[in-house]
Amino acid sequence: MRCVERFSAVLAAFALAVAAQAADLRGTGDLGVVVERAAGRLQIVDTTARKALSRVDGLGDLSHASVVFSRDARYAFVFGRDGGLTKVDILEARIVRRVIQAGNSIGGAVSQDGRVVAAQNYAPGGIKLFDADTLELLADIPATSGADGKPSKVVGLADAPGRRFVASLFDAGEIWVIDARNPRAPAVERHRNVGRQPYDGLVTPDGRWYLAGLFGEDGLALLDLWHTERGVRRVLPDYGRGEEPLPVYKMPHLRGWAIAGGYAWLPAIGRHEVLVVDTRDWREVARVPVAGQPVFVIARPDARQVWVNFAFPDSARVQVIDAETRSVAATLSPGRAILHMEFTPRGEEVWLSARDDDRVVVIDTATLATVASLPVAGPSGIFFTSRAARIGF
Amino acid sequence: MSRPGIPPVIIAAAAIAFASQAAMAGEPNATRQRELSRLLVHECGACHGMQLRGGLGPALTPGALKDKPSESLVATILSGRAGTAMPPWQRFLSEDDAQWLAAKLVEGGVDAVR
Repeated sequence: MRCVERFSAVLAAFALAVAAQAADLRGTGDLGVVVERAAGRLQIVDTTARKALSRVDGLGDLSHASVVFSRDARYAFVFGRDGGLTKVDILEARIVRRVIQAGNSIGGAVSQDGRVVAAQNYAPGGIKLFDADTLELLADIPATSGADGKPSKVVGLADAPGRRFVASLFDAGEIWVIDARNPRAPAVERHRNVGRQPYDGLVTPDGRWYLAGLFGEDGLALLDLWHTERGVRRVLPDYGRGEEPLPVYKMPHLRGWAIAGGYAWLPAIGRHEVLVVDTRDWREVARVPVAGQPVFVIARPDARQVWVNFAFPDSARVQVIDAETRSVAATLSPGRAILHMEFTPRGEEVWLSARDDDRVVVIDTATLATVASLPVAGPSGIFFTSRAARIGF
Repeated sequence: MSRPGIPPVIIAAAAIAFASQAAMAGEPNATRQRELSRLLVHECGACHGMQLRGGLGPALTPGALKDKPSESLVATILSGRAGTAMPPWQRFLSEDDAQWLAAKLVEGGVDAVR
């Protein structure tokens, strides 16, 4: 009896210790980061509690900052305009490592196996590969091209199956497929003359297709990543600025392109339209008139709705397209200067940055009611850790 | 240049109204200067970088602009640059606005508007 009592006491103490430790442990699946771009700071947010958990300072110039996540969804890799690449521990809310790797950077990607971080740079134009653990430089691939060897700005970098990266060269009009199986000696496959001024690109969610938008001419460059030997072909000849180009006040982003349910929903360039394209044959099937020049066109994860935000001067509005009727179902005014939208992992809510209101607004995607509002200084990009498991994010 | 759906006549009328207003206005008032500063940092900054050190568009630092005549800066702001991504901003900016922005850029870029 006494022995049993003693045992119970030990067990109880043990249970208490475990409970105390468990309170400190948590997963990252419902976490994310919001960029406070002017402050050079990240807020770490919890999408279940709908609140900010902590702040991380000292990230440099975060204008146009983008974020990708480590394979374990614990670390955020932040690419800043000043060429800074910063690895942030989301759980401990601290900078683990930071390197200034270029003069001017625009974004990056994490390899399929999670071991390599690639940065795409404007100046000096090129791609650099880093060890995801240590941020040690593994390879430097200058984006030089042509007889004069002039470096090009690199845009539209994305990860692809086969431990590859794909990127576009804005000035040179090329698409590069980089085999990073041996990241210290990457192999580059160049596709030349893909079109003038590719300005962004994406890999489809299934990892098969790379699409680059062209600013300098109409059409899209399409590469089949199952058969890169077949080369880049041009699709959607009517997609682009057209014969009477309209001024574009903000470059549309392709990374957010909605490819869902067999259709691609694309922001028109300059025009107030979203194009609907059948991804089986890459033909346009519809155009949806919208309230301004679209910047991000993003499908809810179940593809039932497509959300659109707009360039200056229409950036105070957001529209929701019904994917079934292919028409605008709702026009919202959630705040001033809506720069970005991010769905919770399964899409019951969407988080919007309202830069000029210094707020992030959380909207229920079924009722379209605002369910929370968080103070954030000049928010731009919002990135949730569910991106860690997605191809092309 | 025009937004789809807006008849050119209305655009032209608006432009004339805007231009005549601009001709009378002189240097933008304090409120307008704040709006322009915000525009410079955020909208121009979207392509040129919030520090205006360059991005998809070239750097707009005093050093980068030192050999550019003021009239050419104003013309680029108002009319854009053909063959590049630089759009015309005359729908949103008067000549005085553009002159004020060009002067601020040469003076010190974002530091001059803070």
